[in-house]
This record gives sequence, structure tokens and C-alpha cells, in this order.
Amino acid sequence: MENFVNVYFFGKKYRVPESLTIMKAMEYAGYQLVRGCGCRNGFCGACATIYRIQGKQELKTCLACQTQVEEGMYVATLPFFPLVKQVYDIEKIKPTEQIMMQLYPEIYSCIGCNACTKSCTQGLNVMQYIAYAQRGEYKKCADESFDCVMCGVCSARCPAGISHPQVAELARRLYGKYIAPKSEHLEKRVAEINNGDFVKLIEDVMNKPVEELKELYNKRDIEK
Amino acid sequence: MYHYTEEQLQSMKKVEATRAERLKNLFPRMSAEEKDTVLKENHPDYIESAYETLKVGPNKGDKVLHELADLLQGRPRIRDYQINLDKPDYDVDVLVIGGGGAGSSAAITAHMGGANVMMVTKLRIGDANTMMAEGGIQAADKENDSPAIHYLDAFGGGHFAAKHELLYKLVNEAPDAIKWLNDLGVMFDKAPDGTMITTHGGGTSRKRMHACKDYSGAEIMRTLRDEVLNRNIPVVDFTAAIEIIKDDKGQACGAVLLNMETKEILIAKAKTVIIATGGAGRLHYQGFPTSNHYGATADGLILAYRAGAKLLYADTLQYHPTGVAEPTQIFGALVTEKVRSLGAQLVNADGNAFVYSLETRDVTASTIIRECNKRNKGVKTTDGVGVWLDTPMIEQLGGEGTIEKRIPAMMRMFGKYGIDIRKEPILVYPTLHYQNGGIDISADGQSGVENLFVAGEAVGGIHGRNRLMGNSLLDIIVFGRNAGSNACEKAKTVKVGKLSLSHVDAFEKELAAAKISPKVSSPRILPDYRRKDM
Repeated sequence: MENFVNVYFFGKKYRVPESLTIMKAMEYAGYQLVRGCGCRNGFCGACATIYRIQGKQELKTCLACQTQVEEGMYVATLPFFPLVKQVYDIEKIKPTEQIMMQLYPEIYSCIGCNACTKSCTQGLNVMQYIAYAQRGEYKKCADESFDCVMCGVCSARCPAGISHPQVAELARRLYGKYIAPKSEHLEKRVAEINNGDFVKLIEDVMNKPVEELKELYNKRDIEK
Repeated sequence: MYHYTEEQLQSMKKVEATRAERLKNLFPRMSAEEKDTVLKENHPDYIESAYETLKVGPNKGDKVLHELADLLQGRPRIRDYQINLDKPDYDVDVLVIGGGGAGSSAAITAHMGGANVMMVTKLRIGDANTMMAEGGIQAADKENDSPAIHYLDAFGGGHFAAKHELLYKLVNEAPDAIKWLNDLGVMFDKAPDGTMITTHGGGTSRKRMHACKDYSGAEIMRTLRDEVLNRNIPVVDFTAAIEIIKDDKGQACGAVLLNMETKEILIAKAKTVIIATGGAGRLHYQGFPTSNHYGATADGLILAYRAGAKLLYADTLQYHPTGVAEPTQIFGALVTEKVRSLGAQLVNADGNAFVYSLETRDVTASTIIRECNKRNKGVKTTDGVGVWLDTPMIEQLGGEGTIEKRIPAMMRMFGKYGIDIRKEPILVYPTLHYQNGGIDISADGQSGVENLFVAGEAVGGIHGRNRLMGNSLLDIIVFGRNAGSNACEKAKTVKVGKLSLSHVDAFEKELAAAKISPKVSSPRILPDYRRKDM
């Protein structure tokens, strides 16, 4: 027999099966979601949620699609949060310390309260990656923030008004484009293709009769 | 610790007991004949009762799944609203319908070409299957590989059914797609000397799977989204396209839009239109769970079909072999193929392996279904049945820490339910993952309707009747850019005539003549998961 728990969506009480995620519990309760629901698999950050368990002080945060309901859970969803996203031309900016100062100067107002890290739905060390961004250490910032789903909960909790996910996005793009080592084999292959080097090879395969292709496919050599 | 049943725990012990032996003796690959047999006897694509014959439209006489037939032959949703085409709310060069990887690549490329572009999406930009693609993206950019070998892998894996000119484009432009992403700032996994770290995927004969940990799609998607925003391309979100508008010359020239929150109807006029609406997992074909995002309801196929575009291979779907079977909270979610690339084996209830780890997806899924149904060697789960995916093997093969480094998203997803995939195997069962077929296009990305372009999962024919891992992230980039660039060029010479929805009237007449009384309104827009007894 299924066990039920009492949860409160925006303060209103519903009885829902205890096995459900918050998202599925809302649907069970009768919500037809439009906002606050995207990939349903913990990657898109659309279902940022804040909750408090009745009788407890701590304010918790999570993704609604990845979190099971609990008895006495008071739930408020955060389907949108006004992050600051600065516009820039990736071809023109350079991975210098100044670029953060120009685009996201508020990161230097961080007061070190660590509310961002405590609230991260992915369990990331957010304050640490902001510290790396402040110092222009973009590789470290990129690595530390890599699993960010940009749900924006950290920014909702930040007294300094920092848009952490956008800062990290900038750091990752700077790293990926300018700092990460170049892939010579890739550049070489693109040049070969532009030179038409593979046209005949592919056409040779394409123009073979299917029976011959099946033979080729079934006997092709497979890299260990 | 997750609360497994006693039966599940007993079975897990058997998996542990056989691990050392299985590490030494890999299960052999199947012969071509064995693959054919297991597919025909077990794959959902071969269940005839799930299909019906279309009675109207460009694919009249072809078979599709019931769920899709109901929508293709459904009641046009615009009939619920007053539509006035006289005063368009938006007037642009290129209208992109869909906010995933294909739509974003198309929008960026059209914008680079100088077009005035607008994106419209049902959810937000990035709430898309692209975001969830974990495993990687293929491109033949290593010394021992070539686009010709990539071609053969994909053509064979797709059962020799792909359209030559589309597959040619896919493999030949793959390295440039990687370079384009790299130059936009996507963080690919690289060795210290810059060499891309590449692995196998099911059905590949060379290690050409590029990845960004197991957030490959997410890293690509958030970079593309950032670029769309940097270019100030307008993104109209929470707005569904519910019909294509054509002009009196029969050219596509816009779409009827529905603001999903206010229910307001908006008219978008455009010189060219790109459908990049993705897949159909949320139609839950044959009752399968899905790994797809919330909005994957085949809307683009419905719109294009009513506008007169032909579909290709709409009858074939991809059931990803490893969807989550337990815990129930994430039933149907994707367990990336990379888990098997890194060495985890599929194991039955008795602890025995039953398939080589990297057969193509359709073959692997079929063997799991056979193991659970015909052979009765599955493990009972909350929502049905499953087999084990022996993840601890990864740590033994690749060294301690491999899982955290290479598949952190998987570790996190199961970790939330007290399952440590480094130490315990996990339960999986096939989940509806990808729409192999879709709208038929020519190499320029255009459908059978003039000025109606298509990109991404909504296209049919690139992969044939089965898609290899890593060729979808690739196709959204290659064909997104292709559609964006060609739609932009075309828009420079298009003269739009008088806006009309007469093709919808004609379609309804066809329905009436075929004596079909529509069962549902279409497009679907979103699934309805509210409690059934409400």
C-alpha cells in the first residue's frame, strides 16, 4: 500500500504519495505545469525550488524534478529569476583579469557569506568559483563551475547581487576558446576537408551497391 | 542506501559474484544474422499492432504509430481561437521554431549571414533534449579515422537506409562543427597537448566520440544559448507555434503562435521558416517511459505535415537501451551510453552477461527486452522490470575515480537516492529516446514545402532507421547551421504573398472525405501528467 505525506504548494496543503518527486507531486495534485518544468532530468535548471520543512528553521533549495517529497514540506518554486547577463563579443574579448571587472564588477563585492554555496542545487562550491573569477583564474573557475545547470538559486540568495551562473559561463567560454590547448589534429582535418581530400573516399563508399556495403560494414576493422 | 527489495538485493549479490569472471571474458559481438533475429523478435518497431495506416496527407498509405496518427490526423488546434492574419505581430526574415541546439545553431548562423532572426519556443531556450545529451558528439578528426569510415559506421548502424546526400553532409562537415563549437568556447575533454579525448560509442569502429564530461549536450547548449543572447536575437518563450502560415503562392511564410500563459494568439510573418522542434518522447509511444524533455511532442511534424511536407521513416523510433528502471523517482531518465563505453556490462538477474557492451542501440535494447520477456531473466522493479548495468566495473577497468571524473552527472543523479554507482550496479530498461524519422528534406535543409526548412531531430533520413550515439549532437549542429545559412540566403530574394491558412481548410476537407473524425486537437504542445481521476 502506497504511503502518503502532506506537502504544501505555495502554502496550500495536498496529500501525495511519498515516492514522488516534488514535480510529479505537483502534477499529482493537479497542476498542469507550463513554467518551472523543462528537461525533467536535472540538466536544464528550469525547476529551481525553495522549501522548508515544517517546524525547522533551515531554508533548503533543490531541483523539483530531482527531489523526493517529505512530510511537512513547504514548497515555493522559482521558475524565473532575473539574472544579469552581460552581452559581449566572444571574438573580441580576451581572457584577462580586466574583462570580469568590466562585465561583472559586482563579483568584487562578495562578502564571503557563502550563501551561494550552501544553496547550490548541484552541490557546487559556488563561492570558490567566484573567487577564482575575481582572480582571473578562468581554468579553475571553469572546472569548479562545470556542472552548473544555471538554475539561479545562488543568485537569489546573494546579498551582493552577483549573477554567479553568468560569471561562470563567461569563464568557461574564455577557457574553451582562448586558454585550453589547441587541437592540431582537428585543425588539420578541417583543412583537409576544405581541400576536398575526402570527397572521393566518401563517394566511393556511397556509390557501392548495398550488398557490397553490408559486406564491408560487417567485416570492418574495429579499433581496440 | 536505497531501499531495494529482498529479491533485488539477492540478484545484486549474484552480479557481484560474477564480476571478476566477466571482467576477464567479454561477451562476444553478434553476427549480422543474430542481430536481425533479435531485432525482429523483440524491437518495439516490429510490433504491428502498435501501427496504423495514414488515410490523408503526403504520407497517405504509410504506417505510423497510433499516437502519431491521432495527431497527424487530428483537429487543428487553431480552431479553438479567432485567427486574424491581417496584422502580423512580428515580421522577420527568418523565423526559427524551437529553442534547442538545432534552433540555436540555425538562429546564430542566419544572424551571422545578416538576417533579422527570431526564435520562438514552448519552454525556455535550452529546455531541450540537447541539454540532456550526455555521451558526446562524433567527428572523424583523428589520424586513423576518416569521414568515409564515419559514413560506413553510420550507414550500417542505420540499417543502410540513410539518405546519401544527408549522411554525406553529416560526416564531411563533422570536424568543422567541432571546430565551430570549440571556437565558440565549448570546453571539450582534451589531453594536455590539445588532443581531443575520444572514445567508442555503440556501433563505432573508431574512437571518435568527443565529450565534455557527461555534460556534453549541456555544455554545448549553454554556450549556444549564451551566443544567441550575445547577438540579441529575440527569443519568444513559453509560446507554441500551432500552425504554419503559407502565402497564396504556397510558400511557408510564418506561423500562428500561442502564448501558453495568457492564451493570446500572435501572428509571426517571415520570409523563411525553420522547424527545429525536436522529438516525440512525450507521446509515450507504446506506453514507454522517455528520456526526453517536457515539450517533446512532435509538434513540428504535425505542422509541416498539414502544410504539405512529406515525412520519412516516421515509423521508426529509438529506444535507448539504458533508461533508469529504479529508483522510481527517475524512472525512464537516461543513463548515458558512455557508462558502457567506459566498460560497464549489462547483466541479467542471475548475474550473467547477455550482450556485448557496445552493439548499436536498437540491438542492445532488443536484447534487454528479450532477457526480461522471453527469457524471464529480468529483475522486478517498482514500475516494471529491468536488468543490471554493472557500473563498478568502470572503476576496476579505468581506476578509482574514473566515474567521478568522466560521468559526474550519473553519479549525482543516483547519489540523490542513496545509490553509489561506484560501488553498486544499477537497474535499467529501454526508454523512448529518439525519433529516427521525421520531415523529409533535401541537402539544403528544405522540406517539400517551399521556404520551410527543418533541422535537428525533426528531420528524417539523416540516420536511416537507427541513430548512433553521438550523431545527434552532431546533426543538430551540422544541419542547424545548414538550415540557418540557407534560410538566410533564401530570405534575401523571397517576396511574400498574401498570408493564408487555406491549406488547413483543405486538410480538414481531406479528413472529412476519408471519414476520419479527429480524436484529439493537434499539435499536442505539452503532455498532461495530472492525476487521472481528477
